[in-house]
Amino acid sequence: MNDTAVTTTPDGRTIGGVLMEMKHITLRFGGVEAIKDISFDIREGEIRAIIGPNGAGKSSMLNIISGFYVPQEGEVWFRGVKRPPMKPFQVAKLGIARTFQNIALFDGMSVLDNVMTGRLTHMSSGLFGQALWWGHAQAEEVENRAKVERIIDFLEIQNIRKTPVARLPYGLKKRVELARALAAEPSLLLLDEPMAGMNVEEKEDMSRFILDVNDEFGTTIALIEHDMGVVMDISDRVVVMDYGKKIGDGTPDEVRANQDVIDAYLGVAHD
Amino acid sequence: MAEHDPQSIPALLERNARRYGANAAYREKEFGVWQTWTWLATAEEVRSLALGLLALGINRGDYVAIIGRNRPALYWSMVATQKVGAIPVPLYQDAVADEMAYVLDHCGARFVIAGDQEQVDKVLEVGDRAKSVEHILYLDPRGLRKYDHSHLHALADVAAEGRAAHERLEPELKAREAEVTYDSTCVMLYTSGTTGRPKGVVLSNRNIIETSKNSSEFDRLRAGDEVLAYLPMAWVGDFIFSIGQAYWTGFCVNCPESESTVQTCLREIGPTYYFAPPRVFEQLLTDVTIRMEDASRLKRWLFARAMKLARRVGPRLLDGQSVGAWDRFRYWLNGRLIYGPLKDALGLGRIRVGYTAGEAIGPEIFEFYRSLGINLKQLYGQTEASVFITQQPDGQVRSDTVGIASPGVELKVAESGEVFYRSPGVFVEYYKNPESTAGTKDDEGWVATGDAGFIEEDTGHLRIIDRAKDVGKLADGRLFAPKYVENKLKFYPNILEAVVFGADRPDCTAFINIDLQAVGNWAERSNLAYASYQELAGNPRVYAMISEHVAEVNRTLADDPILSGCQVHRFLILHKELDADDGELTRTRKVRRRIIEEKYADLLTALYDGSESIYTETEVTYEDGRKGKISATLKIARAEVAAPTAQKVAAE
Repeated sequence: MNDTAVTTTPDGRTIGGVLMEMKHITLRFGGVEAIKDISFDIREGEIRAIIGPNGAGKSSMLNIISGFYVPQEGEVWFRGVKRPPMKPFQVAKLGIARTFQNIALFDGMSVLDNVMTGRLTHMSSGLFGQALWWGHAQAEEVENRAKVERIIDFLEIQNIRKTPVARLPYGLKKRVELARALAAEPSLLLLDEPMAGMNVEEKEDMSRFILDVNDEFGTTIALIEHDMGVVMDISDRVVVMDYGKKIGDGTPDEVRANQDVIDAYLGVAHD
Repeated sequence: MAEHDPQSIPALLERNARRYGANAAYREKEFGVWQTWTWLATAEEVRSLALGLLALGINRGDYVAIIGRNRPALYWSMVATQKVGAIPVPLYQDAVADEMAYVLDHCGARFVIAGDQEQVDKVLEVGDRAKSVEHILYLDPRGLRKYDHSHLHALADVAAEGRAAHERLEPELKAREAEVTYDSTCVMLYTSGTTGRPKGVVLSNRNIIETSKNSSEFDRLRAGDEVLAYLPMAWVGDFIFSIGQAYWTGFCVNCPESESTVQTCLREIGPTYYFAPPRVFEQLLTDVTIRMEDASRLKRWLFARAMKLARRVGPRLLDGQSVGAWDRFRYWLNGRLIYGPLKDALGLGRIRVGYTAGEAIGPEIFEFYRSLGINLKQLYGQTEASVFITQQPDGQVRSDTVGIASPGVELKVAESGEVFYRSPGVFVEYYKNPESTAGTKDDEGWVATGDAGFIEEDTGHLRIIDRAKDVGKLADGRLFAPKYVENKLKFYPNILEAVVFGADRPDCTAFINIDLQAVGNWAERSNLAYASYQELAGNPRVYAMISEHVAEVNRTLADDPILSGCQVHRFLILHKELDADDGELTRTRKVRRRIIEEKYADLLTALYDGSESIYTETEVTYEDGRKGKISATLKIARAEVAAPTAQKVAAE
């Protein structure tokens, strides 16, 4: 595949060049090798899924992308530049936002306030100005609130704008997390099991929102998901991991036909 | 009808732009903030849209279907349509593609203006079944970017094109507007119809403007009033309130942010003029009751005390009767501390005129709002009358009547008991359906309401008993009025819907739908576990509770000399909620008796053949149109029947 080729998907979206590239990544926790020599890329505008059975190293991979883990070996390239080891907040400034597998919202705060925290990387006024709501801070807050309101509208959570997060059902909390990640206006959005623990209807809603985000804002999305059916439906390309190794990479159809993948998911008969 | 009065809605808009130019005409909450358009801005928006429609080639007399939730731009689209000499046809936004196909095809709509992707998808799905549709215009572009745009246009683009081409199109627009007369069609509204296919009711400018004028004067509506537009745009009431009366008086129409935020928006706006069907008031009261039951003991005690006083004093104060100074003071004090905050929480704090109609409202519910000092009244209306037939004047409000004839309306009751009316609001015709028109409206302009009722001799108030065609006889000749009984049953918060049978049968029986919220809450408080609606509905304790309600209704019926035969002898609780998607209710949630009777024929038989229980399978339609089946074994319960008490005095 050519690095700079621009392709068009059957449903009319444009997929650009490589946005992020992982080169020969190896991650160890003490003696345990969580990820062994994995390479793959994420292209601009695509929905890229990372799947695999429990303990395959999917979340670790996401944590490397988001800067939470630093791999012992290998390189992370972002926008054609090799990324030095970074703290998560520095990665966030690069335009990479994420959601968490086990919801990490501020329970006592309203939905609106939670989503507003997603704008933090875009705010420059100091604590003092914000506390007094004075001068630059005021204009900045209004501007950021307007951006946040567009996302609230987009994700159809207007009716819970002022509701404390603790009072929301699980499926909605997930949506609020997505809203907060979107508020950062990321160029790369990382979703860690966005549909875990949801019922069919909530999954359908979430799938629609993921597709809409990608379509409407052109956001590149990398997601980890357990539910094979959902992944195959919404992703452009899929990486399959098993025991820290990459065993498949390609379009959903290619992956589905891959014997190693079938074995990993269905188990192999040992003679 | 002074000759200088504007003769059409677009003309009224011009007048308002001159007279109230800087006043708010529309507000809509978007992105968390209420956006406001003045009358001047509205006139400009409507003009741009009208020019845009001309640029798209709209002809005189074209039908333009409008589908979506209440949004200013959709209201403007209706007025813009009128401005170019075409006819707006608002449709119910929750109509499935099949229903939509019929209406689009029946009126031969060339243009469809849709609120969002969901509605556009439905119109596209209809496809060949409505060949007349040439252009689809949409308001919210979300998700529509990649659609084939050869016949699809964003409403904003249409308006922009109109503005760009105004030099060229202005003369044509002026000419078209000048052709609109008092007798041109103002709007065509499809009635949901409890039986058969929907009918297109043609209403002229005269119908709408005369009615709006009369009814606005009746309640002294004025510029500066606020309404919340949240009821379906396809319903005649919304057309009269949000367009007719709003344009006549120049008051402001507020559109909520989304369907799920209506209650919040109601609070924020605090309308001064408000309409809601009885079920909304029931729902609100149920919410208040449930939340009070969960409140602390002190709060419960205070609330109970305050409400006791309110029930005694509130309605009398509203009706302008004399009340002692001490009671006045206590009511005022409670008003500051309890009624006021409560009304404010409900969003009803500023109401000057409130109406409910469409169904009977429970006396307790009605009294509750009146006692808080909310001027809630009843009216009786129909699409064919441009809403108003009767309404209650201030100071003469009761829960069991629907009021006196509205200004300009003549009433009469036929031998059969059916109510007839004649008014300037009486519709022109049913579109492409002269037989139905002739069957409903006679040569002198009298229209059959299809409802049976009588006029009280001493007060002149009209009382409605039931649908005329539903009023029948039991096998032994006693009077059978199902809806009267159903309404009595539905006044219990635990009963959401009831269908009573008994015409030409030995006695009456009923299907009951429980109210999941009320009964669910009760179940929770009494430690009753349940996993689904069906399971809760079949619970013996729920049966026992409903059985008591039925017995109470039977006792009140026994007191009524005419209707004592309508006591419910046996009933069952249905395993699913009656639903408009399954065709069991109309879109305005009225019971479709015949369809239910056919669909549940097995259950009905079981009610009369002495069975103890019955196994049944029912087809259900999901929201996305897929079909499924649910099965259940239903118990048939016997209800306590009271002996008629007043039989001997029934000498009429």
